[in-house]
Amino acid sequence: MSKCRSGVVAVGLFAALMIMQAAAQTKQPAPAGKKKTYAIGRIAEPREIAGWDIDVRPDGQGLPDGQGSVKAGEQVYLARCAACHGEFGESAGRWPQVAGGTGSLASDDPIKTVGSYFPYLSSVFDYVRHAMPFGDAQSLSNDELYAVVAYVLFLNDVVDDKFVLSKQTFGQVKMPNAGGFHGDDRETAERAFWNRRPCMTNCKAEVKIIGHARVIDVTPEEDKVLRRGVE
Amino acid sequence: MTDAFDPPSRKLSRRALLAGAAGAAGAATAGEAASAGNPKNLPPNVPSWTRTLGDGVAVRPYGQPSKFEKHVIRRDVQWLTASRESSVSFTPLHELDGIITPSGLCFERHHGGIAEIDPDDYRLMLHGLVDKPLMFTLDDLKRFPRVNRIYFLECAANSGMEWRGAQLNGCQYTHGMVHCVEYTGVPLKLLLAEAGLKTSAKWILAEGADSASMARSIPLAKALGDCLVAYRMNGEMLRPEQGYPARLVVPGWEGNVWVKWLRRIKVGDQPWHAREETSKYTDLMPDGSARKFTFVMDAKSVITSPSPQLTLGHKGVTVISGLAWSGRGKVKRVDVSLDGGRNWRAAKIDGVALDRACVRFYAETDWNGQEMLLQSRAIDDTGYVQPSKAELRKVRGVNSIYHNNGIQTWRVAPNGEVENVEVS
Repeated sequence: MSKCRSGVVAVGLFAALMIMQAAAQTKQPAPAGKKKTYAIGRIAEPREIAGWDIDVRPDGQGLPDGQGSVKAGEQVYLARCAACHGEFGESAGRWPQVAGGTGSLASDDPIKTVGSYFPYLSSVFDYVRHAMPFGDAQSLSNDELYAVVAYVLFLNDVVDDKFVLSKQTFGQVKMPNAGGFHGDDRETAERAFWNRRPCMTNCKAEVKIIGHARVIDVTPEEDKVLRRGVE
Repeated sequence: MTDAFDPPSRKLSRRALLAGAAGAAGAATAGEAASAGNPKNLPPNVPSWTRTLGDGVAVRPYGQPSKFEKHVIRRDVQWLTASRESSVSFTPLHELDGIITPSGLCFERHHGGIAEIDPDDYRLMLHGLVDKPLMFTLDDLKRFPRVNRIYFLECAANSGMEWRGAQLNGCQYTHGMVHCVEYTGVPLKLLLAEAGLKTSAKWILAEGADSASMARSIPLAKALGDCLVAYRMNGEMLRPEQGYPARLVVPGWEGNVWVKWLRRIKVGDQPWHAREETSKYTDLMPDGSARKFTFVMDAKSVITSPSPQLTLGHKGVTVISGLAWSGRGKVKRVDVSLDGGRNWRAAKIDGVALDRACVRFYAETDWNGQEMLLQSRAIDDTGYVQPSKAELRKVRGVNSIYHNNGIQTWRVAPNGEVENVEVS
């Protein structure tokens, strides 16, 4: 009996492998062409992908059906978000501030919020969809999701109190800091850090201590761990 | 989830100096001060562990460090973050030597806590602009041809608290968001080839299974280059804190893109601009604009011994020791200065110097109680020279949080105490 069953399984596996290999042979695109494949893994089913494939891009690709108004979002926000992010997005304690900070990015105290910093609406929508509320991820309905994001936009004066966020209105939202980002330019802007002949002797006329960690003293204290000699 | 690296000036709390500092310092000049010991166990007496039997084999089925090494642990800085689920703990670099970080001491950075994944319930989904969307089990991943590689992993925010000046007293805190281990895994390009890429493919999205669904966009060229889907570190399966059962390895690039608990890879034609690559892990410049996709970790080094958590316990011959690394290639040379950067000499790199791995360097000196301002400077094989903090700030200001690779200074006082300082 058991032999018989394992025989069936083996045949089944063999058939599956053959099908997969056939698929691999017929469906590999020409450019990737000669690359060796191993026939390991199985096809991911559309319904499986649908459960995990919930990311949203700046162009709106991936947005779910649904909608939510600023007004509905206020209820969601107060119930699910305000305890950490503050009633007005100002933050309660050390949690991220989600509203305000406009014009602060070049100051001594830059405040990065949805309104002041996020370049794309998708960056906040996608994040809330995946990871919020903190500790109860992916518990919001799509309508609640649209609503609470609409409300955060309202807290940032990006939309008015009549606004309804949906797949259709998503592209109308203009994020204030959309133009605030550029690519990695270190190889040009910091060119001087390369190919130098680093100075080895008498590199400075004098060296003065201009700051002490101990003056600030924010290092965690522990009685036992410190003060061991170097071997 | 929280901004782990807000300027700490908001949370200043003035405290007494670290307990015991003065006592240890006083003893530092005496020859054998650090190892007084129990006379009963010292010659000519025969200690108890010589006269009696100890634990037999398999009494300790998974070996732990000696009970006398309990101080060698990861530590966190609680004022940094709102919760430990979205926070960081630091590698005790000052207690380590060589280049390999013990698995249990590798720093942690979680955005939604540690995902505890039953390997039977593990799946890696690969889909998007591919010919065949695929699903892999852990056993599937282990069937692919595999490679072993030693790489450093540094959090982009390592030293992020030091932009405005010396803040934290200890290289564990200033530089402890780095580790270097050996990974075993399948080259990502093999998985991508298995699915077959569409010609429009340009980027991948790597997503974790944790409560933050940590996700980052990575250019396809890198994904087809040296990236691995790793399931082992230092020979054994990944630790839960490091992404068990599988994580992405992205050599030389900021730690945040090394997605842990990797559950999904989606192939696309443009980056996703997810929250962690826009509102976080972007570098704010003095004019208020920000750099994005600053993936590569620049060359960097730090002296780990002596350092503020490891005072100088004696005079005479002293080996200065440290770590260096570069995300652009191999560390070619490390220079050490004893006088705050006025004069430099090349340190000795000991052991292997691998591409995008940590290297260990040593410099000997004869210390007679004079004040020293210790610095180290890494130079990689692209000719990049680790800049001073002043040089770095001149370009980047002090608000960027991430990618602080400026030269660190430790002041060694005449009594052997070591402090994090800034010099002109």
